[in-house]
Amino acid sequence: MTMLGKDLLGLAGLSREQITGILDVAEPLKEISERTIKKVPTLRGMTVVNLFFEPSTRTRISFEFAEKRMSADTVNVATAVSSVSKGETLVDTARNLEAMRIDMVVVRHPGSGAARFLAERIESNVINAGDGTCEHPTQGLLDLLTLRDKLGSLEGRRICIVGDVLHSRVARSNIWGLQAMGAEVAVCGPRSLLPGAIREMGVQVFDRIEAAIDWAEALNVLRLQLERMEFGYIPSLREYNRVFGVTRARLERAPRDLLILHPGPMNRGVEIDSDVADGPHSVILQQVTNGVAVRMAVLYLLAGNKASLAEVAKTGGAT
Amino acid sequence: MSQTPTVVLNARAVARTISRMADEIIELNDGTDHLILVGIQRRGVQIADRLAEVIREREQVDVPRGALDITLYRDDLQTVGPRPVVGKTHLPGALEGKIVVIVDDVLYTGRTIRAALDELADFGRPARIMLAVLIDRGGRELPIHADVVGKKLEVAKGGRVDVLVPALDQRDEVVLLDPPGGGSA
Repeated sequence: MTMLGKDLLGLAGLSREQITGILDVAEPLKEISERTIKKVPTLRGMTVVNLFFEPSTRTRISFEFAEKRMSADTVNVATAVSSVSKGETLVDTARNLEAMRIDMVVVRHPGSGAARFLAERIESNVINAGDGTCEHPTQGLLDLLTLRDKLGSLEGRRICIVGDVLHSRVARSNIWGLQAMGAEVAVCGPRSLLPGAIREMGVQVFDRIEAAIDWAEALNVLRLQLERMEFGYIPSLREYNRVFGVTRARLERAPRDLLILHPGPMNRGVEIDSDVADGPHSVILQQVTNGVAVRMAVLYLLAGNKASLAEVAKTGGAT
Repeated sequence: MSQTPTVVLNARAVARTISRMADEIIELNDGTDHLILVGIQRRGVQIADRLAEVIREREQVDVPRGALDITLYRDDLQTVGPRPVVGKTHLPGALEGKIVVIVDDVLYTGRTIRAALDELADFGRPARIMLAVLIDRGGRELPIHADVVGKKLEVAKGGRVDVLVPALDQRDEVVLLDPPGGGSA
């Protein structure tokens, strides 16, 4: 049975069953990273290319750990995007790689929709590792897994995404994923950093962080891209911290303990204070640990998912 | 699946068989020193629990138990594709110097056991690895045999043996399903 198709491009359109299926596979895979020999032979002989058109350290390393722990062969390709012919560069690069017989591509690209564009044009499985402001599905999945670890079922749980929602693919993947799982989702941030059509995504909007903290059971605090200030989205970092910063003083006034998530890298003292990031309710490092397990699960579930295999898989080879 | 299943072991027969298997395990190892029972997910884990229960009654010893999920060690990912369910693997401490008894419900092609041996090797080097199965249905595709067998059955290709356990199936018996269109065992 193929739970996913050929590619993982986003969480939009995935059903609760599909997302639950991925998380349920990720759960037992956590144990592999605790072994002395942190490796299973599952993807032996498969070649995975990490094709990054945008600088990334954490996501790339997390994927690379996941690939190696599943015994895939990995190649990292980091390229700058030619500003003139993005589409051509992307597909040409991938087709060149395919000519050397690869099996999967993990792609990060500044263009929204780049992952889908690529997936429709190559045979290999494609995993979206972040495309423009569109989606970052494995980050969304690792956030869901971390929340599920702590809260159990996400049905009816209240999760607020704080900060620069406008430019955030993490926010979009979280919104789609959380809604599929039955959670209530809100966003909180300066109006200049919220998408105009945010309410149409079915989320609540809080203008004040205090109100968000009062309502939520968990906060997913987004990274504030520091260059946003230069373009006039916010007056200053200090001002941002004063109005929207997740601080201990604010959390202490909350009616309950809130889980604190952050996709990293953090700007300590801007969107989140150090004593919150390092505090007892922060699950930021669990997110990092879960990221490897979730990516192992996605690699496994996509492996060998070619259209021709889907039928065989449905009947399930006899055991 | 229109044919009616034949019960080959009922609840009492299963209990007797498991008792005898436990005795054989104790006998083969001259006791329970260094013994670890490792069940293969999911029904092997249930059988291992029942073996441990009998051993506790006989020897007043709690034999350490583990569970192996061999999904990630299968050899058919390229032909069958990924299985959507992966179970938990956990072992009770280091394997060095231990006698590991792999426990499964049905031994058939031997491929599951091949995968289990590979997985165990990633955890350490036991002094010895043995295999105990409730049913040996023949049809091996690899040079693997069991040290302790509850019951041998000759099952035609295409036929099926189902071990039903209370925790998962709310039943406690072993049933045989003949292949569709005759071909009896």
